[in-house]
Amino acid sequence: MKGEVILQAENLSRYFGGVKAVDGVSFSLRRNEVLGVIGPNGSGKTTLANLLTGFVKPSKGKVIFEGHDITNLPPYKVADRGIARSFQMVKPFYQLPAFKNLNVALLSPRVRRLAGGRYGDRDAMAKDLLEEVGFERDSWVISHQAASLPHGYLKRLELAKCMALQPEVIVLDELFSGLSLAEVASLVPVIEKLVHQGKTLVMIEHRLRELFRIADRVLVLNFGQKIAEGEPAQVMEDPQVKGAYLGSEAEE
Amino acid sequence: MAQRKERIDRGIKVRSDDVFVLTSWREMLYLAAPRVVPVVALFVLGLVAGPYWERVLISTCMFALLAISWDLLNSAGMVSLGQALFFGVGAYIAGTLNHYLGLPPGLTIPIATIGGGLLCTLALLPVLRLRGIYFAMVTLILPMMIERVIEATKIFGGTEGISGLSTLGNEHLEFWLAAVVVFVALFGFRRMMGADYGLLLKGINDNDRAVMSAGMNIYFYKAQALFMASAVGAFAGAFMTHAYQFVGMPVFALDYSMIPIASVAVGGMGTLAGPMLGSFILVPLSELLRGLGGLRVVIYAVILVVFTVGLPEGIFHYLSRKYNQFERWVGVER
Repeated sequence: MKGEVILQAENLSRYFGGVKAVDGVSFSLRRNEVLGVIGPNGSGKTTLANLLTGFVKPSKGKVIFEGHDITNLPPYKVADRGIARSFQMVKPFYQLPAFKNLNVALLSPRVRRLAGGRYGDRDAMAKDLLEEVGFERDSWVISHQAASLPHGYLKRLELAKCMALQPEVIVLDELFSGLSLAEVASLVPVIEKLVHQGKTLVMIEHRLRELFRIADRVLVLNFGQKIAEGEPAQVMEDPQVKGAYLGSEAEE
Repeated sequence: MAQRKERIDRGIKVRSDDVFVLTSWREMLYLAAPRVVPVVALFVLGLVAGPYWERVLISTCMFALLAISWDLLNSAGMVSLGQALFFGVGAYIAGTLNHYLGLPPGLTIPIATIGGGLLCTLALLPVLRLRGIYFAMVTLILPMMIERVIEATKIFGGTEGISGLSTLGNEHLEFWLAAVVVFVALFGFRRMMGADYGLLLKGINDNDRAVMSAGMNIYFYKAQALFMASAVGAFAGAFMTHAYQFVGMPVFALDYSMIPIASVAVGGMGTLAGPMLGSFILVPLSELLRGLGGLRVVIYAVILVVFTVGLPEGIFHYLSRKYNQFERWVGVER
């Protein structure tokens, strides 16, 4: 068993008009655990990420982080408490060089607080982080304008931005999507290292094979509802999950 | 044989971010010239210009301030169609303080700058969450609304406006003050945009959600940028009020919103220097064309189109590329 419960969702629901994007989802996450969130397209995975990080306010339910109710905090305060997230649609700070993208996150009050009230050498910190996620150090890519970076690098940049915040929990929204097998394979050790450092991860993924290598537990969503939760192998045996993924007799 | 254009940064020998190691007069001149030449040029222009052109230069400086203020807002992700709001609010604060309370320009202008900045920031605070065109719409409508309110309620002189306000003293003093302020704003804001603070503003412009998820309250920063931009605009309004010794409904006119945007389009967005350069082309040009009577607007428009089609990136971007990079044609082996 991993550590104490760090993040809890209680009956979390979000309705957009008549659409129940997320409907009564509850789960709890222990420190240093990796929770995979899977489900077919439109099953509410990204909305769940938005709910956890404050970008969308729930219609019903609560989010509790480290014992505090963070349900109605604005996104920047959620991030400040230590929940970082990546976005499915990668949108870097186009005008800035790659490493300066991280400087924005390194300027945040949280980073300063954790460093004992002072900022360090941000450029050097940014370059270290980029190296950790697989940018070649001292290569042209690091100081290249983010607008013209290839997709694989943008995804790495997105992960590095999360790491820059030195968060407790990282919510990764489809980090692996659009990456080649080789690129995913090179990112898996980075994630494993984060886990080793004691971070707690929520990974929303479509790439199940890679996810199951990393995740301790998997939560399956379909039409906004949690249809299964448990260890990866056991979840995939669930008839409802098979139904949702293979599309046989999906319940309405 | 096919050819391609090769561009090489002219750069100086040792350079790491803010630290320059200068090894020769040539390099020092290379760095200093783009900053010193415009400053000297403007002051010399002011010395040789007659009274009429000196006044044109003063109003050019004020349009340059409005354009700089527009570019600053835009760099923080706020597109404004209503620079006239900032200009007009500053103008009316200065005018009324001078007319009703008898305060001298030395007091009204600073009060109008800070007060106008605060007032405009407060007025736009509720719409700070809107992005792009929605924010722009509100800024476009506000000055028109104030104009109608003044017309309907006849406050502050109504349609007549208030005339007979105090001047700053003499014309030369006005020009020197205007020129100094414009350069202080230009170099000050350029430095700010190059620092960490500017990095944040650019980040908000590119992807505000990502800045939020880095734990930063973007609305606080946007409000700060809005205050700076509107204070600059309000200064221009207050200054012009005293230069013309008049304040009235025309200070909310569309000119004060559109000419700054045209200047940005001609000069080049996101550089602050470009918009200033743009105003220094467009405003005197419009004066030069005054002799043409009715055709003036047509020719003005044609020139504007030629600039924007011919140099869509803006003059400043073009010039700085030419200045900072070698270009040459090299053969490409197939």
